[in-house]
Amino acid sequence: MLSPELGHYALALACVLAAIQGILPLMGARRRDVRLMALAPGLAIGQLIALLTSFLCLVYAAVTDDFSVQNIAANSAVSKPLLYKITGVWGNHEGSILLWALILGLCGAAVAAFGRNLPSALRARVIGVLGLVATGFELFCLTTSDPFARIWPAPMDGQGMNPLLQDPGLAFHPPILYTGYVGFAVPFAFAIAALLEGRVDAAWGRWVRPWAVAAWCFLTCGIAMGSWWSYYVLGWGGYWFWDPVENASLIPWLTGTALIHSAIVVEKREALKIWTVLLAIGTFSFSLSGTFLVRSGILNSVHAFANDPARGVFILGLLAVVIGGSLALFAYRAPSLTSGGLFAPVSREGALVLNNILLCSLCAVVLTGTMYPPFMSLLFDRTISVGKPFFDATTIPLALPLFIFMGFGPMLPWKRAQLWPILQKLWVAAVITAIACAVAAFKLSGVLPILCAAAAIWIITSTITDVVERVRLFRAPFATSVQRARMLPRAIIGTAIAHIGVGITVLGLSAMSQAQHKIVEVPIGTTEHLAGYDWTLTNVKQEPGPNYTAMVGTLEVRRNGHLITVMHPSKRSFNTQNQTTTDVAIHTNLLADLYGVLGDKHGPESNPTYVLRLHYNPLAPWMWLGALVMAFGGALSLSDRRVRVGAPQRAKSSAEMSAAS
Amino acid sequence: MTRKTRRLWLVIACVACLGTAAALILRAFSSDIVFFVTPSQVVASPPPKDRTVKLGGMVVAGSVHRERKGETPVATFNVTDGQAAVTVHYEGILPDLFREGQSVVAIGTVQPPHDFAATEVLAKHDETYMPKEVAEALKKAGKWDPRFGPPPSAESWNQMTVQDARKNTATQPATN
Repeated sequence: MLSPELGHYALALACVLAAIQGILPLMGARRRDVRLMALAPGLAIGQLIALLTSFLCLVYAAVTDDFSVQNIAANSAVSKPLLYKITGVWGNHEGSILLWALILGLCGAAVAAFGRNLPSALRARVIGVLGLVATGFELFCLTTSDPFARIWPAPMDGQGMNPLLQDPGLAFHPPILYTGYVGFAVPFAFAIAALLEGRVDAAWGRWVRPWAVAAWCFLTCGIAMGSWWSYYVLGWGGYWFWDPVENASLIPWLTGTALIHSAIVVEKREALKIWTVLLAIGTFSFSLSGTFLVRSGILNSVHAFANDPARGVFILGLLAVVIGGSLALFAYRAPSLTSGGLFAPVSREGALVLNNILLCSLCAVVLTGTMYPPFMSLLFDRTISVGKPFFDATTIPLALPLFIFMGFGPMLPWKRAQLWPILQKLWVAAVITAIACAVAAFKLSGVLPILCAAAAIWIITSTITDVVERVRLFRAPFATSVQRARMLPRAIIGTAIAHIGVGITVLGLSAMSQAQHKIVEVPIGTTEHLAGYDWTLTNVKQEPGPNYTAMVGTLEVRRNGHLITVMHPSKRSFNTQNQTTTDVAIHTNLLADLYGVLGDKHGPESNPTYVLRLHYNPLAPWMWLGALVMAFGGALSLSDRRVRVGAPQRAKSSAEMSAAS
Repeated sequence: MTRKTRRLWLVIACVACLGTAAALILRAFSSDIVFFVTPSQVVASPPPKDRTVKLGGMVVAGSVHRERKGETPVATFNVTDGQAAVTVHYEGILPDLFREGQSVVAIGTVQPPHDFAATEVLAKHDETYMPKEVAEALKKAGKWDPRFGPPPSAESWNQMTVQDARKNTATQPATN
């Protein structure tokens, strides 16, 4: 029933539906034809159903080991565990593009389902633009990377999956990251729709922000998961390599963060409209380029497991149409958008503008560092690479002022503010930060880590101060404070939590700069000393696994003679691919990670020696915990009543206003 | 606050931030960029001792020696681009995908005359993927001409000499 042919047919059907979805509602919105506009939600949901069918067919073929499908023969094997048969569907190029299209279809259907309170023309335009983008991607999938292509004769067994990718962390990393990337298609579609209508108002800001926040939450989680994966799978003890692929996800995250902040100004004060539209276009463009960079192999990367320049040409064309077209439309229509909302430099708006400028400078720096090597090799035929030293030296000095302004920005009132009263409220936070700075100077080495740690404490303490001020804790009776806390809008609590999340991550990052490690080659029974712990290799034995054999070590870690933990780092040899992977053992107490890696075995069989890599990573879990807290804060602000209710009345009134003006 | 003064503040803030960013980038470019070098470049004109570079090439089969300096494992191997070889010393665990006769990228400093102290060794990511820099270097070294098919198999690499490569390409009909 769920045959690959049905999947292929459903994909083609989805492509046609997407094309209709991209043409008819846009025409309808232009001609004010209500019937054509009303087609949009149905088409979006129809496209989603077709894509779901297609995707299910591929999953079914993978689960039932249908090796007559080329994609599955190349990436799966009978011996692969069921979980990885399912997740392996998106672990390769063809499947991941289909997943991308599916998520885009999901976004379109979500706008159709949750966008009931949108004006019908705006909704038709948003869904139409999403349809056009989806058409491009589904055509790409059908023409250059068909996941359902058959081979004859079908092999008895598949070639198996890259063992590095057989990991639960990586299994769910792509869907979440993709949801983040693709989610920014919705703000993009809103921006294009606004340009087509020639109108951006507070209501538009209010509608576009939840979508941007949702995408941002997923992107944050996706990036954190990717970083966590490289930390515990690659076994280098590192968490971020400034690899082009990682940067390709960081760049839209930075502009997306700027977008969710500038949209607040549009929503509250009707200022920064043109800029917000440009950010929405830019963020999705960077998301698309991110895919392009990963998929085309234009940049060298450890992630380039699926590089194929031929596909790059199609994606390049798609990018040129989407980015070039939207920027051309922006250049044509943006001057017609009126700017409004005057404000003083020292005000909430001013702080948010500063946030945007700093985030975009950071983005420019990361972009330069990522694009410079390929340009150098293209134009001057010189091969260079840009790594951690470059990015540390350029991003941290720009991030520090951002962190400082993050502390008191949310406390500034709109329009016009006095800086001094705000700073007076923050004296407790400032004192704590000064103490933290002194402690950090004593404990950490290096100027930048000390400043970052102090900045992290500043973010956390000043954010808490802000909430304390708002609920008048310690100044009003406790019951009043509780009452005020209950009345506090969820968006404000969400903001505070997300900002505290940034602080937690930055604290983790600055502590991680002090990580210690040691590489030794020792016989069994030797004790090593690292960071106040005694690490003893007591045993190494061979163990069979489902599709590999493993060499498992036993590592006892003691502190002052007390047994802290017994770790089992191992090294797996996969038979199908003749590959070995390292299975890191990590023991965490949430304040630090003990991280052990078992390396090669050397020497005679009677008295072998083993290579061990031992790491002590202070506050390592905080880096990802902070990201989760950020995403939670974003999700919490999404649950704000004001988001759900929307503002149809206000839309009408501002529509009248713009009609009158 | 008029629109004009607001715009002025905005421009000042933008210029200040982007100017700082540009200054930081330029400063970092002058000190923190890592150049890619091939073994023959190292032999011909070695970069200064304190400059971190990326060395790429093929690991010469049979050249890998592992020993212990106290408790520290030290790996020594030769990296070649077919014209010259450089001996790499690396204290640490070689990556899982490190193989003799296959491509490798080592990051570290050149120790004159022909030694290389690596702080990091990267092996290619899967069985079919060769780092682009290494592929480029091999093409320049005359070991591989992409017009005549895929790169020769890694096993034959160490025995092949530049002359062999020229002979191979000479027997093919020249189409340039």
